[in-house]
Amino acid sequence: MPLQITTAAPEPALLDLPWSQPLAEWPADRLAALPRGLSRHVVRFVRMSPHVLALKEIEESLARREYRLLRLLRRLGLPVVEPVGVVTGRTAGLGQPPLDPVLVTRHLQFSLPYRALFSRSLRTDTATRLVDALAVLLVRLHLAGFFWGDVSLSNTLFRRDAGAFSAYLVDAETGDLHDTLSDGQRDHDLDVAQTNIAGELMDLAAGGLLDETLDPIDLSEVIVSRYRSLWAELTGPESFEPGERWRVAARIRRLNDLGFDVGELTISTDIEGTTIQIEPKVVDAAHHSRRLLRLTGLDAGENQARRLLNDLDEYRAERGLQGEDEAIVAHAWVSGCFEPVIRAVPRELRAKLEPAEIYHEVLEHRWYLSEQRGRDVGLGEAVADYVRGVLVHKPDEASVVGVDTEEMPVIAEGIVEG
Amino acid sequence: MANVTYDKASRIYPGATKPAVDTLDLAIADGEFLVLVGPSGCGKSTALRMLAGLEDVNTGRILIGDRDVTQVPPKDRDIAMVFQSYALYPHMTVAENMGFALKIAGMPKNEIRERVMDAAKILDLTQYLERKPKALSGGQRQRVAMGRAIVRKPQVFLMDEPLSNLDAKLRVQTRTQIASLQRRLGVTTVYVTHDQIEAMTMGDRVAVLRDGVLQQVGTPRELYDRPDNVFVAGFIGSPAMNLLSLPVADGGVKFGDMVQPVDRGTVAGAGEKVVVGVRPEDLELSEHGIVTTVEVVEELGADAYVYSSMKSGDEELQVIARVDGRKPPEKGATVHFRPKEGHVHLFHVDSGERLEA
Repeated sequence: MPLQITTAAPEPALLDLPWSQPLAEWPADRLAALPRGLSRHVVRFVRMSPHVLALKEIEESLARREYRLLRLLRRLGLPVVEPVGVVTGRTAGLGQPPLDPVLVTRHLQFSLPYRALFSRSLRTDTATRLVDALAVLLVRLHLAGFFWGDVSLSNTLFRRDAGAFSAYLVDAETGDLHDTLSDGQRDHDLDVAQTNIAGELMDLAAGGLLDETLDPIDLSEVIVSRYRSLWAELTGPESFEPGERWRVAARIRRLNDLGFDVGELTISTDIEGTTIQIEPKVVDAAHHSRRLLRLTGLDAGENQARRLLNDLDEYRAERGLQGEDEAIVAHAWVSGCFEPVIRAVPRELRAKLEPAEIYHEVLEHRWYLSEQRGRDVGLGEAVADYVRGVLVHKPDEASVVGVDTEEMPVIAEGIVEG
Repeated sequence: MANVTYDKASRIYPGATKPAVDTLDLAIADGEFLVLVGPSGCGKSTALRMLAGLEDVNTGRILIGDRDVTQVPPKDRDIAMVFQSYALYPHMTVAENMGFALKIAGMPKNEIRERVMDAAKILDLTQYLERKPKALSGGQRQRVAMGRAIVRKPQVFLMDEPLSNLDAKLRVQTRTQIASLQRRLGVTTVYVTHDQIEAMTMGDRVAVLRDGVLQQVGTPRELYDRPDNVFVAGFIGSPAMNLLSLPVADGGVKFGDMVQPVDRGTVAGAGEKVVVGVRPEDLELSEHGIVTTVEVVEELGADAYVYSSMKSGDEELQVIARVDGRKPPEKGATVHFRPKEGHVHLFHVDSGERLEA
């Protein structure tokens, strides 16, 4: 059977890879780094400039299904990894048994597996922020009708988002897309999430990688509480008396603050008309990201976008431009504030962080310097000091793949994984 | 441990014209290993999810024991979905891997320990409890995953195509392990697969579904020897049963140049033609019978499978027969087959239902 690559984004260099060898045996010089995440299957990373590709060796019907599902989820605008294709028809040679196909996805630039974040000394609230980000991801997926089936930190990649994180789904193998999810399905996903997060954190603790003040079980409960309150805020009905109609606008504003737009809201009254009930029906995430993109053309995570938009608002206020066209002011801010800061980062340091994150950190650094020096420090001074004193010490995060964990594929008797 | 009942349970997706599961009536005994099998889209996974609480039940009920669980959320049903997500944590011991979920539930340490020890004994993992998963073979790692479900002591185990993402060799090993484990534990188990061989080797009883409708439920032997309709007849057994549409004649059914005697009552009122079902091992080479031309002979040592073609009106039908492997017929040869006495199944040509006297 001839080798076959099914892909929507043709990448000719894919043909050069050693497909006739089992993935576990690929030579180290073809690999980006030996990947280690908790995985049932064999996974490898390969550099295909300018990207890094993730390869997963998996049974054919599952590979095709996952590829289709990831494409669908991306079309729905959900934060998931980008599928590249499925490679089938692999054999080790004539007369040899066939090798399992490989699902190829594009590694998310500047994304980090959770174990990478725990491998260095970090603020103790990082763990909570990770679980928080996962809760938001789960809510977004559930709103779209996607049942995950195997919610875990290992199945997620995290990107820095203005000091917090935004989460991206990596593995859709157990997932299913429906029109809407039943409460039973959502509860099950949440239950699995809590169990898996507890297990993953307990494992880090057992490996001495978790700060002693953190309790895995307490942290695993965060996802339940955060998910439930977010879900209630986004979809829960609210009743009030007539005369309190400001509550409608307040609800919409609260949702916007959480990063969601209200696409549709039902407003109903009871028979006597004595109480009014509102219930958001359609909510779309990435409210701030979309607004930033619309105004400036910049693509950023939700929190980053909120931060940059705040800076834009301050810029407008400081220069007394409130009456001016929004788009014109935004353009002036991009060329007057944003771009100079990014240009001030030397080329060799650009792999450290995403531009939007750098800008956020420079703003933070400017505030810190101003405090320290007892005067208002300008952006130029702040970015120079930041590059010299802070950025240069940071690790490159453009493509972090290898961290110290274990790969434990479940394969037939007789082969003990080392 | 408990019995499970589907009481005319249906699932209809909004906007769909046909139910995904149509008034399913199924009683599963306490401790039984029941397999739901059928082709893709038949509703088997949907039926399992209805039991799990992951799928709404539009009409009818689901009962676990005597308890109506139709509206009860998944985590309160006392069921365990096995293999759904079975990560092995490398820094934790096998014992910790098996028991950590109980910790989350707030169970006291000594009780967790006891449950883990009990499960380890059943799974032959006692000597590995303090080891790390890295030291275990693939099969042993699978068993640790089963252990996680066992320690929860659920009333019912649910498994949805659990072997589908394993490599072929491990699939066969695990299949046997699951079956023997279930026998030892005696926990009611509902297992979904599309693979009829898997269904027949593992189940106490097998329920065949098609297009959301239960076709037949019975022991593997019952399904094999006495399929209720043409679909079950053709689905169960590999290679598949020969199903030939043949004319009714005086005293029986016209089988090529002979008449296969059949009880008159059986074919009375069935029309001019009936579907005759004969398994490959129940066809024998003879002087008379259906005339076929041999196309392929698969020699397997003691047996050989002969794939031949037979003309029936304008059509050409394929016939599969198992013959003695020592002197199989030649490719291209013209041979006659006739069915062994007592091994002929008859079905109505329109409804597909089994015909009986």
